[in-house]
Amino acid sequence: MIKLPGTNLLIEKKLSPDPAAFFVVPVISILLALLVGAFSLALSGRDYQQIYATMFSGAFGSTYGLSETIVKTIPLTITSLGIALAFRMQLWNIGGEGQIYMGAFAATWAALFFPVGTGWWTMPCMILLGMLAGGLWALLTAIPRAIWGVNEIITTLMMNYVAIFWVNYLVYGPWKDPQGYNFPLTATFPPEAILPTLGVSRIHFGLFLGLLLTVLMYAVVQHTRWGYEIKVTGESVSAARYAGINSKRNILLVMFFSGAICGLTGMTEVSGIAYRLQPGLSTGYGFTAIIIAWLARLNPFAIVLVSFLFGGLQVGGYIVQTSGIPSSMVTMLQGLLLFFVLGGELLTYYKISKAPASSGQDT
Amino acid sequence: MNQPNLVELNNITKKFPGVTANDQVNFSVRPGEIHVLLGENGSGKSTLMSVLCGLYSPDAGDIIIRGTKMQFRSPRQAINAGIGMVHQHFKLIESFSVAENVILGDQSIPQVLKMHQIKNYLTKLSQRFGLQINPSAMVWQLSVGEKQRVEIVKMLYRGSQVLILDEPTAVLTPQETGELFRTLREMTATGRGIVVITHKMHEVMEIADRVTVLRRGRSVATLEKQQINQQDLAWLMVGQDILRQEKKKIPPGDKHVLELKNVHCLNDQGLPGLTDISFTVHSGEIFGIAGIAGSGQRELAEVIARLRPVSSGDVLINNQAITGCSPRQAIDHGVAMVPEDRLGTGLVPNMDAMDNLILKSYRNKSLRRGPFLNRTLTREKVNQLVSRFEIRLNAPDAPVKLLSGGNLQRLLLAREITSDPQLLIAVYPVRGLDIKATEAVHNLLLEQRSKGLAVLLISEDLEEIFKLSDRVGVLCDGRITGIRPADATGVEEIGLLMMDAQNQGETTI
Repeated sequence: MIKLPGTNLLIEKKLSPDPAAFFVVPVISILLALLVGAFSLALSGRDYQQIYATMFSGAFGSTYGLSETIVKTIPLTITSLGIALAFRMQLWNIGGEGQIYMGAFAATWAALFFPVGTGWWTMPCMILLGMLAGGLWALLTAIPRAIWGVNEIITTLMMNYVAIFWVNYLVYGPWKDPQGYNFPLTATFPPEAILPTLGVSRIHFGLFLGLLLTVLMYAVVQHTRWGYEIKVTGESVSAARYAGINSKRNILLVMFFSGAICGLTGMTEVSGIAYRLQPGLSTGYGFTAIIIAWLARLNPFAIVLVSFLFGGLQVGGYIVQTSGIPSSMVTMLQGLLLFFVLGGELLTYYKISKAPASSGQDT
Repeated sequence: MNQPNLVELNNITKKFPGVTANDQVNFSVRPGEIHVLLGENGSGKSTLMSVLCGLYSPDAGDIIIRGTKMQFRSPRQAINAGIGMVHQHFKLIESFSVAENVILGDQSIPQVLKMHQIKNYLTKLSQRFGLQINPSAMVWQLSVGEKQRVEIVKMLYRGSQVLILDEPTAVLTPQETGELFRTLREMTATGRGIVVITHKMHEVMEIADRVTVLRRGRSVATLEKQQINQQDLAWLMVGQDILRQEKKKIPPGDKHVLELKNVHCLNDQGLPGLTDISFTVHSGEIFGIAGIAGSGQRELAEVIARLRPVSSGDVLINNQAITGCSPRQAIDHGVAMVPEDRLGTGLVPNMDAMDNLILKSYRNKSLRRGPFLNRTLTREKVNQLVSRFEIRLNAPDAPVKLLSGGNLQRLLLAREITSDPQLLIAVYPVRGLDIKATEAVHNLLLEQRSKGLAVLLISEDLEEIFKLSDRVGVLCDGRITGIRPADATGVEEIGLLMMDAQNQGETTI
């Protein structure tokens, strides 16, 4: 119970949150985020109504727009699932971005430089190696965390830059396509290394991987013994210890799989979208995924929905960019969404009441 | 003698929902004296001192400081009136220097800090009382004893005339304790008054000019130095209102279920937590552990459950050493435990009753279906437990943090008892429970005893210990100061052992 200074209002924790609040509060939060966004657009002298309308119809209003939104939804979903797995255990994996790059790097190696060339094995190898690389990259931060308690927020964040620069080094250097007119790109992947797409759209097979992973994540976290251990550890470390759960082992495992799933995003992006390794292949998916995982309250199915929303936000952002709106507006809206939804949480779990008059007038 | 008392608390009453923590307590501090406040846990010592230093305002009674009636609305007002408290858990900012910590909150200090002057002043101040501190040192680099000195200097710097120390020696080595006592004497020589909260008999004998004993919120006696003797103090503290319950019918078995052999371990501060502990608990026996809180009870329970490493010695279950085992292996050896921290360690607050009831059995073969948890079977099992142990759930999938204390404890006991254990460690099993829930928990424990379970009962309530236990082991300062049969031992004897009055670690049996 907290007393608001200078008033006689108390903030109290609700014993049980109102079930309706779980739906009403996020919806109001989103509307408020859009409102504040509109305000700042209006301040910079733009017609926010028109911008919002263009964004919406651009992202969801046409077959092309919708398919592009889904294309964005795929990496966002997969990465958010990976991030959410770690968050479940209160492991703050901020390194999704780097793990994506490492996954892309390993998948590219399997596609272009595999010792025995390409064949039916190319695609499975790309998936496995991509996940392995992302997983090992994350494991590098999990080991010091498990043994010495080194803060994984810092280490995973730093490792992002190492991974990004490593990929840049490769595409500007040894892996640069000799026939590429000196552009920082690798050679195009052979057909065996390219994910099939849906019709003429850019929607690729990664969509099914993402949906499969969603169901798998739900089953693992909610219904397996390991998922139970993760939940217990995330809720209370001392209860986990008391119950004989080996937290160190789980830190390593959870971080590995979290990174592996992010690595899968890297694989699907090079194999389904870019068809080659190039700088900037992830537009901050690893960071956006943190917001998505939070907004979805780590629920796998909600992650798909929120990712779709964020995918639409990004596509809508690209569309209005052509009319001179800075792309950073999308980042601003994402930030506002997080701000308001987390702020709205206060209303879900707490209530504000008047302090009883009798209880003192201390400062 | 005409000098007014530094502090006079008259008829202080402070009620909290359900309990009267202080009931018309009188207490005073004379200039130049060390006044020891003695009492069991929950006897109202902390509440009384919190009233004095402005953290609580009393429901009734007067606070008179140097002859003036005061009404503290905040700790700051108490500090300004010259009352300073050194809490058991220090209130220092680790990343600040000593000097920065000392001036923190001092509003008389100018906006532009002259750190050099402040440091010089602190050096002089601390030297005067024999308190060795380096004003430039960072607090995180200091030892516990040094941090305590910083807290004392902080209070001196603020001009405290009355210094309250809450169990100051609990964290100190014997040498540091000696230094502290010398410092306290220096301070009384300047006319300051000192209140020391302690449980240790030899410290009372060593430093007290006067002693006030609290029991169940009431002040039972205030004794002058020449009136103090150990027997009386023990008697006053634990009281005489203990009813012997009916004798247990079945005598304990002779199987050694739990055996500790010369166990040593460290506490969280890295100081000795348990020293040379040896005892045996038999099947069908309830072995009570009595002692002032913080004498090593938590460490003892954790060492047996393998949650805390043993530095030397052995823990045996059914004659098998489990000293090197993991917590999980200890569970597999049949060690069940109702921990002190029910909600947070024993139970996961945000999970529902079902998820909490399988906290230890979720990996059992019977609840498995491949890698999955067999939810149908678990639900069935949980329903059985809920009806057998009369756990009242508002909703089956509501988080357990919404349950009442009695229901939480039933839930915990249900899980631990049905895990088919060899040994049950019950740490403060009825703390915070009402009479009905207490009775239910006690009956459960006695029922398990008659079924042959070995029970290690750790409690701060002597009445509970005498009611349930076959034998009583007394912990003091991390040592067993005695093991006595519960039926043939007086409360006073246990009380003396709790404060290690005899100072000779002899054990019987």
